[in-house]
Amino acid sequence: MQLKGKAHKFGDNINTDDIIAAKYLDSQDELFLGSKCMENIDAGFARNVAKGDIIVAGKNFGCGSSREHAPWSIKGCGISLVIAKSFARIFYRNCINTGLPILVCSDADKIASGDTLEVDLANGIIKDLTKNKTFKSEKFPPFMQEIIKEGGLISWIKKENRSGR
Amino acid sequence: MGLTLVEKILLRASSSKELADFIYARLDFCFGNDITAPLAVKEFDKAQFSAVFNANKIGFVCDHFVPARDFKAANNVKLLREFATRFKIKHFFDIDTCGIEHVFLIEQGLVCPGALVIGADSHTCTFGGIGAASFGVGSTDLAAAMKSGRCWFKMPQTIKFIYKGKLNKWVCGKDLILSTIGKIGVDGALYKVMEFSGPVIKKMGVEERLTMTNMAIEAGAKTGVIEPDETTFKYLRQVQGKKFKFKPAMRKLKSDMDAKYSEVIEIDVTKMQPQVACPHLPSNVKGVGALRKIKLDQVVIGSCTNGRISDLRIAAKILKKKRVKKGLRVIVIPASHIIYRAAEKEGLLKVFFEAGCIVSPPTCGPCLGGHGGILDKGEVALATTNRNFIGRMGHPESFVYLSSPAVAAASAIKGRITHPDEVS
Repeated sequence: MQLKGKAHKFGDNINTDDIIAAKYLDSQDELFLGSKCMENIDAGFARNVAKGDIIVAGKNFGCGSSREHAPWSIKGCGISLVIAKSFARIFYRNCINTGLPILVCSDADKIASGDTLEVDLANGIIKDLTKNKTFKSEKFPPFMQEIIKEGGLISWIKKENRSGR
Repeated sequence: MGLTLVEKILLRASSSKELADFIYARLDFCFGNDITAPLAVKEFDKAQFSAVFNANKIGFVCDHFVPARDFKAANNVKLLREFATRFKIKHFFDIDTCGIEHVFLIEQGLVCPGALVIGADSHTCTFGGIGAASFGVGSTDLAAAMKSGRCWFKMPQTIKFIYKGKLNKWVCGKDLILSTIGKIGVDGALYKVMEFSGPVIKKMGVEERLTMTNMAIEAGAKTGVIEPDETTFKYLRQVQGKKFKFKPAMRKLKSDMDAKYSEVIEIDVTKMQPQVACPHLPSNVKGVGALRKIKLDQVVIGSCTNGRISDLRIAAKILKKKRVKKGLRVIVIPASHIIYRAAEKEGLLKVFFEAGCIVSPPTCGPCLGGHGGILDKGEVALATTNRNFIGRMGHPESFVYLSSPAVAAASAIKGRITHPDEVS
């Protein structure tokens, strides 16, 4: 799958309270959660995202709470992919399970806010069209690739239950 | 090659006979709360699943936005109640019985040493304090687990922490974990298990151990764990009563001598003073002495980290026959019904009332900026909770400091961050 969008840069340790403040967690509406994305640290963020844009962040993205509202909120505001130097564990699982594309890329800090990126998701190749540079991301382990291929955990267990493993 | 305690539990629950990178393991218990479980229930229904794997191994604990702060919060509790009725899920708990999930589920005997548990809440790592392998997950994981009774895990590496030396007066489990997070950083244990050990942990009470494992997630850890021992079993007999089913095999829940660790970190606690995490990361830790000029608008004593009876006892000991600083809001939150009643019986609530504190019903409430103690712009709080991220307790321009109950109680008297020695 090819994705193309503008980069929105964030630093290290962006936590789930930054991504979606706890006061909104009584909602399960992706679009509402999307409209509040990053509100505590960048009040205008959701308005500035064009559909397909990409978040590029430093290390430990998504640390803190287990709230799955965080990936839903990112999806809900139109972001197509999150690239980071590393992800916090539960956020990482939540993305795999819910089908929000993520890439782990040690060169994430070479990308600047506003750069236009073109990403070959299957091969993890990130092209920075503004800088005319190409970056590679880490490959997912085969087990996770299986879940990603199925489009998330629910579809995967449906298949798994059928196979009776 | 030997195995760590968490590896043993994961391996026992998995169909594979040896350590694989990924395992798909059978769960002993799974649960969610009033903000994460509604999302799981919606996913479950969307997938058109028609049955749960075992109605006795699923729990819903309503603790975050309860007593319902508004009609949406009430609706989420109703949604869970209806789902529980539909699938005959026995362990649905509303405010008539429950408390904060990570405290309450131990009281109920639903989590035991050696169990494999997932919870749709990041502080599920708490149960490692009694020797369970417990992992925080998301709502989709919970939905899938309710259907299949299983969960996928990447086999984690383990960092062993050995605490040595003699604890100073007023230094407790909370100070040890804050200091450790300060040392390794908020991603210092990313994807790994933090195993806490050594003579200091051996001597430590179970509630302080639970405070330590509770905050393992704040260093990015997959979970925290402490080998269960006679202290653990005695504690569980006390709080769980007949619900505690001791098995001799629980004595074998230990890491092997030749278990493989990614790192072993020794920490001498002898010179440690009470620790405080400053805004806006739990790793931004300083000794209490350096923060004496920080004035406070609010103090919160409670949460899944420090809302247990021993926490309230320490706070009451310091507040006895004292008044909290005029104008300061001091909120005490016993973490469960049982703790609330014990605090009443022991006269702790009277101490809090006479000192000018307000005692809230059991809830996560202000810890995550939910309700019952929200900060306005520019306000400063000292809390015994676990996170101090931007806007965590309310306004994005408010400030949260984290400490032990002793430091929080002493600070309540002075209205600024205070060493307990100053007031006792």
